[in-house]
Amino acid sequence: MKPLNNANESDSVSNPRRNFLKLAGAASTSLLFGFHLPALGQAPLRGATEHATDINAWIRITPDNKVICEVAHAEMGQGTSTALPMMLAEELECNWSDVRMEFASVQEHLNRNKIFGSFATGGSRGTRTSQEMMRMAGAAAREMLKAAASQQWQVPVSECVARAGHISHTASKRSASYGALAPAAAKLAIPTDAPLKAPSEWALIGKPIARLDIPSKVDGSAIFGIDVRVPGMLYAAIVQCPVFGGVPVSVDDAAVKNRRGIKKVVTGPDFVAVVADNWWRAQQATKALNITWDYKGAEKLDDAGVLNILKAGITAAKPLTRRGDAGAVLSQSSKIIEAEYFTPYLNHATLEPQNCTARVTGDKLEIWAPTQNAEASVMVAAATLGIPPTSVTCNRPYLGGGFGRRGAFQDFVKQSVLIAKEFPGTAVKLLWSREEDMQHGFYRPAALYRLRASFAADGAVNALEVHSASQSILEKVRPTALKNGQDFQCGEALYDMPYQFANLDVRHGMCTINVPVGFWRSVFHSQNPFVRESFIDEICKAGNFDALQFRLDHLPKDGRDYQVLQAVAKGSNWGSALPAGHFRGLAVQDAYASYGAAVVELSVNPDKSVKVHQVFIAVDPGHVANSDSAKAQIEGNVAYCFTAAFMSEINIRDGRVQQNNFSDYPITLLRHSPKITPILVPSGAREWGGMGEPPFAALTPALANAIANATGERLRSMPFSKHGYTLV
Amino acid sequence: MKLTINGKTSDLDIEADMPLLWAIRDEAGLTGTKFGCGVALCGACTVLLDGEPVRSCVVPASTAVGRKITTIEGLSGVSALQKSWIEKQVPQCGYCQSGMLMAATALLARKPNPSDEDIDAAITNVCRCGTYPRIREAIHMAAKLGHKVKGA
Repeated sequence: MKPLNNANESDSVSNPRRNFLKLAGAASTSLLFGFHLPALGQAPLRGATEHATDINAWIRITPDNKVICEVAHAEMGQGTSTALPMMLAEELECNWSDVRMEFASVQEHLNRNKIFGSFATGGSRGTRTSQEMMRMAGAAAREMLKAAASQQWQVPVSECVARAGHISHTASKRSASYGALAPAAAKLAIPTDAPLKAPSEWALIGKPIARLDIPSKVDGSAIFGIDVRVPGMLYAAIVQCPVFGGVPVSVDDAAVKNRRGIKKVVTGPDFVAVVADNWWRAQQATKALNITWDYKGAEKLDDAGVLNILKAGITAAKPLTRRGDAGAVLSQSSKIIEAEYFTPYLNHATLEPQNCTARVTGDKLEIWAPTQNAEASVMVAAATLGIPPTSVTCNRPYLGGGFGRRGAFQDFVKQSVLIAKEFPGTAVKLLWSREEDMQHGFYRPAALYRLRASFAADGAVNALEVHSASQSILEKVRPTALKNGQDFQCGEALYDMPYQFANLDVRHGMCTINVPVGFWRSVFHSQNPFVRESFIDEICKAGNFDALQFRLDHLPKDGRDYQVLQAVAKGSNWGSALPAGHFRGLAVQDAYASYGAAVVELSVNPDKSVKVHQVFIAVDPGHVANSDSAKAQIEGNVAYCFTAAFMSEINIRDGRVQQNNFSDYPITLLRHSPKITPILVPSGAREWGGMGEPPFAALTPALANAIANATGERLRSMPFSKHGYTLV
Repeated sequence: MKLTINGKTSDLDIEADMPLLWAIRDEAGLTGTKFGCGVALCGACTVLLDGEPVRSCVVPASTAVGRKITTIEGLSGVSALQKSWIEKQVPQCGYCQSGMLMAATALLARKPNPSDEDIDAAITNVCRCGTYPRIREAIHMAAKLGHKVKGA
């Protein structure tokens, strides 16, 4: 059979300009008359000065009136590669059906003074930090097209109207397509004061718009990293040192080197790879290698050791925030409650295992990387080979899930370059097995918490103390983000909690543990809100307060936490009668500039199996980019959260991860999926919030609170399976 | 080894025990079928063998000789399921969706009007993005439209 993914297809992945030609459906005239904004004027656009770059490079218009929007951020299912073109089209006034998207080139970015701003796709930033830039780019292009028409027709620009991909002049009954005007418009200076629509005028933004990437994801044609095919390519499978920090000492490859298809065994700094003409052959061969590792003494660590380090971290915790004197109040109070919480390490478990394809040709390097930050991929690839970043071409296939795994750490890129270096001129695709992916992640940090609250004689809560300990992610990734040696990210949702308690003492102890940690969907907001909002319910139980009313009483009335909590209470009909055996729980939490609140309705059977009947999640993201994608993110967070809450954890023994595959790191299935009601309540705040992670934060505690309401048992550590609870 | 994939027969020079997944992906060059776990747990590699869903990562290619293999490419964008999948905007990252669509195709062939319980029992593939509620909706929608399977 002739391979479907032949040279042409790989070219379309590797060469965005050729891809553009295909999209334009025309010959090279598209390029000749292509309208590439920033090449022509270099005036910075308003609002885009934060990075001091002379953007925008975002728009091209073809003679047949197609608008091509460059997207710097990655697409991993969150919808950014549709939302950003929506922003642009909203202001450009073109037909949405004429809009195409294309992933921006890192090489172009580097050659033009970082014209695309940021490629980093994490922290729920994809849309919110670029939306204004994209709207301005669209508005500037619109004004340039109007100016071009006005000059051509010798009429005042104020009489030219932009609509549906055409500029028209009513009085003279003239009209021209953007495609026809683009060559002239491109010669004009880019305006810096093009007016933007008011939100009330938006026709696209906030609407449920079908995503541009979806058609290719239902017929198998979407190219993910794992799908990249380059003529003559080879395949690599990898074995990494099972103990973190260990190195290979010797490799006996006698059993594999004469096997069919095996090209070479490559030994790297902390891995051994087999390269073959088919991935399965390479993978089978890795199992027959006899590798001697030096574990560097790191093989002693286990879960108990981790816990001991965390306990010591709590004892040595340093203040993140201090209001009043919680310690003194607590010591004088006659009524105190206290609790200890724990959250385990977690793997991202992207369904597409880590992979990257690389080809070294002379002093040039080409990579095909499923990455949440293409610029970081290029930097790592260049450094690995010791060449300038501008000598690296980065192709950007789709990501089979990201969740933070494919951003800050570009381990898979580095490895693929080291392996490909051994085969000059030949592309090598490195693909990890699931087992390698499970055991060599950058895990959500394990964390330990101790909390105390005291009640005054009148019953009111008068002090809250939250001490926690964990590894810091930023310590390794962005050390400059630490303040006086403290990583405030570790204390998010705690040190900045919106509750107004007179005495508050939040501390964090930063621990050193030989387990790699990284940003895992919603980061510390996946665990700290679980602790905070669970403990608030513990306070309510001890003080005999209503869970909703207590929160409302302690939140600023003019705050968005207050509003979003009201929204979920109303949407879920909180307080209304439930079917027999059904119980609710609620929680509130802001994250990534969005405000979220959740209500979970469930029942618990005598065997501790939990049936979740409904979930309500309200989110105020300021503005909604694409309402359907926003709802999809809410739905998706439910599965990701339930997996963490009920099922999965990473355990350490003998210095290594114990889990191997989905058998011992289970993921929720369709049958676990409850009825989900997304409630979008955009407040119109100036700052746009994220959608990829914020729905997560309030959900876990709402779940734990509902279980406590149903059973009286307070679950203070995850996964709940540890306490005998299963999700059915 | 002669394999008939989506109605086309090709002669592949491969080992008898090479999993069908890798024959399809690396040898026949059809990359719509994905690798997720290698041990039949996640279903990303689901294809139809004579109309029955199988997890191709654990099926030796030799057992598929003389049988009809249908992959996502064989549904070729015409099925009611794929239309429903677009209408309901099901995929997020999209990686599991080929396998989901093949599993759903097999379900509808067996049960043209499945209940929620039928869907829950039949679709045991993993979606890490959590597209489950929409998968359920899209299967119901396809059932209403009358799903026809080409080549299955």
